[in-house]
Amino acid sequence: MKILAIETSCDETAVAIVEDGRKILTNQIYTQIDIHQKYGGVVPEIASRNHVEKLPLIIDTAMEDSGLTYEAIDAIAVTSGPGLVGALLIGVSQAKAMAYALNKPLISVHHIEGHIAANYLQFPELEPPFLSLVVSGGHSHLIMVKNYSDFEVIGKTLDDAAGEAFDKIARVLGLGYPGGPAIDKAAKQGNPEAIDFPRVWLDKGSYNFSFSGLKSAVLNYLNTQKMKGRAIVVEDVAASFQAAVVEVLTTKAIECALDNQVNQLSIAGGVAANSALRKKLSDAAGENKIQLYYPDVNLCTDNAAMIGAMAYYNYQAGKVADKKLNAVPNLKIGDH
Amino acid sequence: MKVLTIDSATMVAGVSIVDENRLIGELTVNYQKTHSEKLLTAVDHLLQDVGLGINDMDAFGVVSGPGSFTGLRIGMATAKGFAQALNKPMVTISTLESLAHNLNHATGLVCPILDAQRNQVYSAIYRGVGDGHLEALCPEQAIGIEKLVELLQGYGEQKTYLVGDGIARFAEQISDALAQTVVATHQHAINRAGSAGVLAYRRFLQGKTCRYDQATLTYLRPSYAEEKHHEL
Ligand SMILES: [Zn+2]
Repeated sequence: MKILAIETSCDETAVAIVEDGRKILTNQIYTQIDIHQKYGGVVPEIASRNHVEKLPLIIDTAMEDSGLTYEAIDAIAVTSGPGLVGALLIGVSQAKAMAYALNKPLISVHHIEGHIAANYLQFPELEPPFLSLVVSGGHSHLIMVKNYSDFEVIGKTLDDAAGEAFDKIARVLGLGYPGGPAIDKAAKQGNPEAIDFPRVWLDKGSYNFSFSGLKSAVLNYLNTQKMKGRAIVVEDVAASFQAAVVEVLTTKAIECALDNQVNQLSIAGGVAANSALRKKLSDAAGENKIQLYYPDVNLCTDNAAMIGAMAYYNYQAGKVADKKLNAVPNLKIGDH
Repeated sequence: MKVLTIDSATMVAGVSIVDENRLIGELTVNYQKTHSEKLLTAVDHLLQDVGLGINDMDAFGVVSGPGSFTGLRIGMATAKGFAQALNKPMVTISTLESLAHNLNHATGLVCPILDAQRNQVYSAIYRGVGDGHLEALCPEQAIGIEKLVELLQGYGEQKTYLVGDGIARFAEQISDALAQTVVATHQHAINRAGSAGVLAYRRFLQGKTCRYDQATLTYLRPSYAEEKHHEL
């Protein structure tokens, strides 16, 4: 089954064709990062304006690259949430119209479930059940994947997403946008133990996260240094901040896997591309005999192949969308 | 030849089908519910009512602005989806021109106004030249009411027709300043996909079409972030 998948939930206009949930036939992305860079973050209105202009071009590129015609496509899939509502609506509207005109099934996909499914594209052996740590600009979730279309959210951030904290700290350190790769790069030259930033564990046994306290601690540190006329070593701040985030994510993910007796853990989402997180989780997973999966960077960041992968399993579970499909900016997992 | 035209530029969701210059179907939904939920359903209803399929269409028209940014994009992405899937041409129609054509037999000036918030309207000025044709007298713009009144006065016409959802807020102010105004009654004042459809058909016959990747929206205003950035 070949699925044409569309993803426009944030600032990437992405289109892919995926076969049977596992095989990428084409994976095209037009990224707007350059456009949003000068504003220091994604501007929803600008993202939407670009999506509506670029999406048809990216669809054409995907079709040409795959060598397929529309007749060979079995279904159209689209991210319907969560994300920026105006941005989501472009993909949803275009996908609905195309599915209607081509008389193909329409499949709605949850963006975070898509991130989890990115792992299927790279690891043919990976099957549920497994635990997934989804960390990106918009999400920090620990999710139990019970089967392909049955998810349980075990933990999530109570305030900022991990990626949001990266963006904010990168901005105040003058490292630019997007913050994740910028901090990762700077941290490589810094000492992660230079500054003892707080690790927020919340209640014992809780798998929830909180990053706003850490964010404030870094801002306070920078202010204090400035007021006292002391030098700020950007690399050390980046490394110490990153170490705090990575330690909390790693510890909670491993504990959660052990407590729930699953021996497979996957990471997904933009922050899963972070080299320090990958290293620390790999070590911890190895020590605890947990098999760790993380996809290549281009499958961690927003893409449509992951949407095509998840769509296949939604379709298998009988989940097909109708003409009234709408974008839902705060769509809950399993709620579509 | 058949052209299906969609309009979601304002509160109204509309669809029309024009066949050989004849409006054979029109559906207008002017009720609070998101365009995203009702537009495709409306298209499907109308096609079923006239006994045609979407593949029977020769081109797709879309009302391309100005108007609600999100509404415009829902319409545009939908029209592009049809045109791309079926490889058919597109026709874009200005929201203001379409509105003015609700009153295309008027003699005098026709001034469509849409509330653009921040004390502005999206507007343009047309003059009726007979036979259901209107000539555009000035470019479309986002403009303050005082400025618009000045422009209207400058043409020295006897009669000015006001149309569009902006009349609810601004008709009185404009009427006070002009010699004679006629304010369109509700059913003529709102966006009608039939008006846009007739224009789209006309344009289709003239070959004024574009490919789905070339169709663009007219916002008449940069995004707020761009405006802010410009001020810095
Ligand atoms: Zn994402």
